[in-house]
Parts: sequence; C-alpha cells; structure tokens
Amino acid sequence: MNFSSFLLMRHEILLLAIILLLLIGEIFINSNKKSSIVHLAIFLFGIHTAIGFLAIEESSLFGGMFRTNNLIHFFKNVLNIGVFILLLQSADWLQEKIVTQNRGSEFFILLFSSLLGMYFMISSGDFLMFYLGLELSTLPVAAMAAFETTKRKSSEAGIKLILSAAMASGVSLFGISMLYATSGSIYFNDIIEVISSTNLTILGFILFFAGLSFKISLVPFHFWTADVYEGAPISVASYLSVISKGAAVFIMMILLFTVLKPLMHVWENIIYVIALATMFIGNLFALRQQNMKRFLAFSSIAQAGFILLGLITGTQLGTATIVYFVMIYIFSNLAAFGVVQAISLKTGKENMSDYEGLYRTNPNLSLVMMLALFSLAGIPPVAGFFGKFFLFTAAASKGYYLLVFLAVVNVTISLYYYLLVIRAMFLRRSENAIPYFKNKLYMRLGLLITVIGILVIGLYSPLYEYIYELSSIFN
Amino acid sequence: MDILSLFIVVPVLTILALVFTKGLKQARIVSMIGSFVQLGMAINLVFAYFKEKAINDNIMVFTKDLVWFKQFNIHYNIGVDGISVALLLLTSIVVLAGVFISWKMKDLPKEFFVSLIVLSSGVYGFFISLDLFTMFVFFEIAVIPMYLLIGIWGSGPKEYSAMKLTLMLMGASAVLLVGILGIYFNSNADGGELTFSIMEIAKVNIPFEAQKLFFPITFIGFAVIGALFPFHTWSPDGHASAPTAVSMLHAGVLMKLGGYGVFRVAMFLLPEGAMHWSWFFIILAATGVIYGAFSAIKQTDLKYINAYSSVSHLGMVLFALLMLNKTSWNGAILQSLSHGFMTALFFALIGMIYGRTHTRDVTKLGGLLKVIPFISAIYVIAGLASLGLPGFSGFVAEMNIFVGAFEHEDMFYRIATIISVSAIVVTAVYILRVVGIMLMGPVKNPEFLNLEKVTWYEKTGILLLLIPIVGMGVAPLWLSNMILKSLEPFIQGVL
Repeated sequence: MNFSSFLLMRHEILLLAIILLLLIGEIFINSNKKSSIVHLAIFLFGIHTAIGFLAIEESSLFGGMFRTNNLIHFFKNVLNIGVFILLLQSADWLQEKIVTQNRGSEFFILLFSSLLGMYFMISSGDFLMFYLGLELSTLPVAAMAAFETTKRKSSEAGIKLILSAAMASGVSLFGISMLYATSGSIYFNDIIEVISSTNLTILGFILFFAGLSFKISLVPFHFWTADVYEGAPISVASYLSVISKGAAVFIMMILLFTVLKPLMHVWENIIYVIALATMFIGNLFALRQQNMKRFLAFSSIAQAGFILLGLITGTQLGTATIVYFVMIYIFSNLAAFGVVQAISLKTGKENMSDYEGLYRTNPNLSLVMMLALFSLAGIPPVAGFFGKFFLFTAAASKGYYLLVFLAVVNVTISLYYYLLVIRAMFLRRSENAIPYFKNKLYMRLGLLITVIGILVIGLYSPLYEYIYELSSIFN
Repeated sequence: MDILSLFIVVPVLTILALVFTKGLKQARIVSMIGSFVQLGMAINLVFAYFKEKAINDNIMVFTKDLVWFKQFNIHYNIGVDGISVALLLLTSIVVLAGVFISWKMKDLPKEFFVSLIVLSSGVYGFFISLDLFTMFVFFEIAVIPMYLLIGIWGSGPKEYSAMKLTLMLMGASAVLLVGILGIYFNSNADGGELTFSIMEIAKVNIPFEAQKLFFPITFIGFAVIGALFPFHTWSPDGHASAPTAVSMLHAGVLMKLGGYGVFRVAMFLLPEGAMHWSWFFIILAATGVIYGAFSAIKQTDLKYINAYSSVSHLGMVLFALLMLNKTSWNGAILQSLSHGFMTALFFALIGMIYGRTHTRDVTKLGGLLKVIPFISAIYVIAGLASLGLPGFSGFVAEMNIFVGAFEHEDMFYRIATIISVSAIVVTAVYILRVVGIMLMGPVKNPEFLNLEKVTWYEKTGILLLLIPIVGMGVAPLWLSNMILKSLEPFIQGVL
C-alpha cells in the first residue's frame, strides 16, 4: 500500500480536512464577522465538490473493506451537489439564527460528518465498514434535528430520530450477525460465494433489510418521518429526505444486486409488497397534510415507494433508472424544500393555506415551486417525468405490469395533492398573501441550480446514457 | 430546420417572446403573430404535402428520426400523413381564433397566453409524433396547462372542474402509460429490437394474448380524452368552467387527441385486439352518442348543452373508428375536423353572448336575433352544421360514418348503428330548441336592447372558423381524398 492508493479515498480525506479546517478556522474568525464561517464552509465545500469530478481509479483498500468504482464515485458527486445546494439554501438561516448563537461551525461539522459517514457507507466492502458508515451518517443528524434548542418540537424531533435510529441500527446489526453466522464472513465478496437461502439467512436478511428500510422510510418503518421533518429545522428535514435517503437507497441497491442477489426470489416478493404499501400509505397520508414540511415528508415516503419499482428488477436497467431517479429526486425535492425554507425564514409561515395568492406577490418563487412539484409528480417536460417513466419501464421489463398499473394509480393520487399546492399558489387570491420579498444571493443561487437541474436532466439524454454505462457492473 | 419541427419550435419561441412582454397589448400581439405564423405553416404544409405525396409514396412523409434515449430506443421521430396534416390545420386555425377571442383577457394576460401556447405546442407535437414515448410526452404537455387555464381564468366552480378534469385526464394518461409499456415490451415479438416507433411496431405481429390484454388499456387511455362514456364526466364540467378560448381549444382540438390516438396507436398497433374488443367499446360509444344527445336536451346552460353535444359527437367518432372500415374511418376523421371547427365556433359565440348578457341560461335569453344579429345568425349556421345539414361539414362526416357503419351485415352492428343514427334527430331537437328560445321570440330583458356590437377581433375569430365549416361542406372532396389515401395502409394493416 502506498500513498497514491489513498487517493481512492480522496472524497473522504478532503471532507475530513474541511471539517478540521472549519474547526480551526472558527478560532481565528473575528467575533465581529462571525458569519464568515458560512462563506468559508460554502467556499470549501464548493471546491471539494469541484475536485470530486476528477476521474478516479476503480480499486479497493484495507483488504477490501473500502472500495470504489465509477458508479460509487459518480454517486458521491451527486450527493456532493445535493449538499452544496443545501448549504446555499440554508446559508441565510444559518447566518440569521445559528451563527448568532456561535454554533455555526458545529452545524457544519455535524453535517459534514454525516456526509462522511455516507461516503463510507456506500463505499463499504464489508458489513463492518457499512455499519460504521451507517452510524456515522445517522447520529450527527439526530443532533442536527434538535438544533433549534429553543423550540420544543425540534428537541422532540431529535429524540424521536435518535431513538428510532438506534432501534433500526440494532435490528440491522442483529441481521448482520445472523448473516455472519451462516456465511462465516463479513466481507461482501466472500458472502456472495457461500450465501444460500436457508431460514437463518433469510431471517438475517429480513432484519437487515428492516434496519435499512428505516433510513429510506419505507412503510412500515416510516413512522418517525413526518414528526421529525416537522420538528427539525428545514435544512435538516431537507437533508434527511434527500441526501440521507438517496445514500441509503444506493447502498441498499448495491447490496441487493450483488451480495444478496442469490436471495432474489425472497426479496422480490418483499419489495413488491413494501413498494405497494409505501406508495399507497405515503400518498394517502399526504392528501390531508396542511403543514408543508409534513406534506413533503409524506410525499417523500411515496417517492421512495416508486424507487422500489426499479429495485425490484435486479438488473443494469434497474440500477441506471434508480440512480437517475434519485438524482432527479434530489434536485426536485431540494427545490421544493428551498422554497419552503425561503418563505419560512422570511415570514415563519409553513402552512399550505399561507401560500394562497403567492403567485401574484412572488411569481418567481411560485414558479420554482411549481416546477419542483411537477417534477415530483412526473409531468413532462421536467425531469421527474423521465425518471418515473424509466422506473416504470424497468419494472415492466420484468413483467410486473400490475405493479406498474398500481404505481400509475398512485401517480394520479399524488398529482392531486401536488395540485393542491399549485391551487393555493396560483388559483387562489388572498388578502393576506405573503408580501413580496427578495431572496439573498445564496438562496437564489441554490434555487437556480435546482431549477436548471430539473429542466435539463430529463431532456439531456447523454446523462442517462452515462449512468447506464456506469451501471454495467451490475450486468 | 425541417418543416415539421417548426411546429414545435415556433410555439417555444412564442413562449420565450411572451415571457418578455408586459401587459395585455404586447402579450396578445406576440401570441397573435406566433399563431399567425403557425397557421401559415399549416397551410403551407398542406400544399407541401400534396407536392411531396406526388413523388414520395411512403406512408409518412417529411419524416425525421433522431435518437434520444439510446438504451430504450426512444427516438424523436416525426412525420405526417394526410390525417395529421388535416388535424394540424384544424389546430392552427382554432388556436388563432382562440387568441382573437381572448383579445380582452384582463387578468394575468401573459400567463394566460403562455399556457394557451404551451397547450397548443403539446397538441402539435402529439399530431406529428411517430414515436410512442414522444407522443406520450406531448400528450401530457397538452393536458396539464388546462389546470391553470380553467383554474385561474375560469368561472363558476372552476377549482372543482379544473381538478376533476386534470385528474381524470392524467389518470387516463397513466393508464395509457401501462398500455404503451405493454406494446413496447412486445415490440420484439418477431425477434427485432424493442422499439417505441409506431411504424416499426406496425410491422410486428404482436402475440394475440398481449393484444387482448393491452388493447382495452390503450384504448381507454386515449378514449377518456375523447369523452368515451362513462369516462366523459370531466368534459361538461370542464367546458362549463373554462374561459371561452380554452373551451374552444379544449373541445375543438384537445378532445381530438383521443380519437387520433385510438386510431394511430391502439387500432393500428393492436388490430387483433381491436377486433376482439370492438363489440364492447361499440356499446359504450353508442351509449355515449345517445346519452350525450339526451343530456343536452335537458340542459339550460349553453355551455353544458354544447359540452354534452360534444360527448355525443365525439362518441360518434369513436363509434365510427370501431366500425373498422374505410368509409366510416373517413367519416370519423371528417367528423373530428368538422366537430373541431363547429364546437370551437359554438363556444366562441357562447362566450360573446355571455360577455354581453352575463348569462348562459337559455331560459333567460330571448330575441337575440334582433339585438345582436351577426352573432345570432352565425349561431344558427353553426347549429345547422352541427345537426348535419347538407352544405356544411357535419353532413359529409355523418354521412360517411353511417354509410360505413351500415356496411356491416351483422345484426349487432346494425342495431348499434340504428341507435346511433337516431341521435341525429335528438341533436336537431336540442339545437333548434335553443335557436328558438334564445334567438327568436321577444326580447326578454330590456337591458338586452343596448348590447355592444360585435367587434373586429370577434368577427375575425368567427370567420376563421366559419370558412372551413362551409368549405368542408361545399368542397369536401380534396380533404376526403387526402384522408382516404392516408387510410389505405391502415386498412391493409388492420383488416
């Protein structure tokens, strides 16, 4: 092992360096200019994101504990972009609310640690590394959820998240230990060779799967979602619903399509049922939500159900469509959360009824929201349509027509509640509509990037082709 | 730039130009210019089509094929035959007329015209697409602006109607998606590649089992927007709440996507499925024809009368398509065109009457012929065209439909035809009743005596629609020939 092989961990090392820099940097920052920590963090993370796009070798480290390939590398970049947008969108909130309490660097350190955990999780080559990554990605988020210490709901969200997350990790770990018991190894490569569908293996798999489902908030492991999203600061809710979920989906896909592939006849059926339950429950609960954060929470549960339609295939097509969809989902959901964030920060209003007449006062914000919701609902020509269509195609390629049919029924249900928001913004007029306000530069930039993503990713087909080629490792 | 892609490029440019406009005056001028260019292109296309057809014997002409998503074999594949050319012409005329009718749109004019043009671009794209995926994309682009158009600028229970319409149509398109995927994954039945290309799939013998399963799904997916009974309920509410120009586009153009899709996709690609299921859908279509006509009798709101009349007339289109022979297919296309112009004209007139009298209730109106003679006279003409008087477009269409339908010697077809034909009589009842109450007789309300005279932009809009109605009635042959020639390959494919 020489120094250059550490370059495989470039993402991780750089991010660690940023965490340390921020920690030290805070000491040197003049107390009159406390908010410069936000600029510094965004600047450093921007560089990190840009460096991430440099090519990387495909190899593994530490005897196979850590591995990377182009698809994993690509996905880390997607996560980076997501977090970068998130930072831009939460900059104002941090400057106004958090930095003034001298807790700016704290937030960034927690956030970046969690991201670091995700890097390790999706790069893991054995269950130990996977578990470490999982824990590292979850625990800081619980602290972040409770970040607005003055609000009771925020603390409640933190406690709820940490308790359910601990429970889920425990269950997951129990499952892993059973898999270890039957296969005699924790290395993915060894397990693939010996795994067979004995009862204990299946039980181990189910427990493991349940633990991971919690992170993706699949039904019936979704109960924490709405409460945590509602209580947590919007940036954190947005992070949970987008980045955290995306990474968990990705690692679940890798594990199912490689290590657990011999158990496909088992997980096919499980995913079939869970997909239906997740879509229906997510959508039906979203219908009556008034709080925008709860609304987006249930909408994101339903979206996870759609992702399972790609997961059920176990093919290269499935992989490509999932990665593509998750990427689109990151942009769309960040756009929606961004608007909620902007409005909440200026006015403190978070209910759907507060959005009435928004178009006449704030046309640009409303248009961003409309694009985001259309993308989530899957209406052409915005990206979400392509993502969903391809997911359905993947499921249909395996002959799951009934599942696809029920999924499109769900698309129609979801359209109803997405249109409710559009109705409030565009159709209604209101005496006390939110007055016109101008967003700061960071927020505008954050929203602009998401809008470009939503508009371009779908229509620009080479991107999908690139992802498809990267996915060939699952062929 | 090829002649067909312009049909998408010009609306997009119009929309971009509209974004930079300020106020009603600029917005309407820009939209008018854009729509005028579209109309010019459509007329040019008709001539170009005849010229091209003389030297080019392909089914589709002006084709262009670009790969979009390689892995799925999705192409941007466009081309037209006589049927699409005729429908493009219809669309461009109705859109331009719609812009004229909305000349005085006060509330959020820019957004209104943007939505209107987005809708029209979806329709244009739909008619020129030869790829199922692209077609589906344009289909949804055409539907979704309706939500805003009805919801923001509509009247009455507009939020309810807009939501109902959008959900039903998008639900139908979701069902359609399953049908399209089913066709796609059976397009390699002869050992070729999976493809979305309509002309490629038409050459493939899709297994009968798959046809049997996916024909009804695809058919219903398209036919909902063609107001197939019992999925028509979105249409009357939608029409009644929509602003005038939107009703025109909606009834005149958007509902034609249904018949066109049924014809070009469901029947062309799944012919055996069509044979297998035709009896079932004939029952539904015939029920729609009769049901729509009788419902129209009972209505007093002018817009509802026309909405139900549309259900009846478009039921006839589906009915004729299901008859699976050349004469009735020709009739179906002609009926689509004729109904498009006629209903658009009706809704334009209703909008004008409503704008002046502030009521659409027939029982409260009376003697309009004396106070607004121009509008009233045109209303009579439109009514006569609608009930199929010779000399107007409706007659040519209905004649073809029923002659074609009667070619079947089977008892079931005969009975269904007779039932449908009887709807013509009912049509006469509700049209003449409205004409009698609303236009003739004494002026019921003294306020009606000083109604505003018809303005130049209204006249332009009306004339744009009236000319084709009379034109089709007096000289239907060139159109009918163009359509018949384009039907040949479909006849060979299906029968």
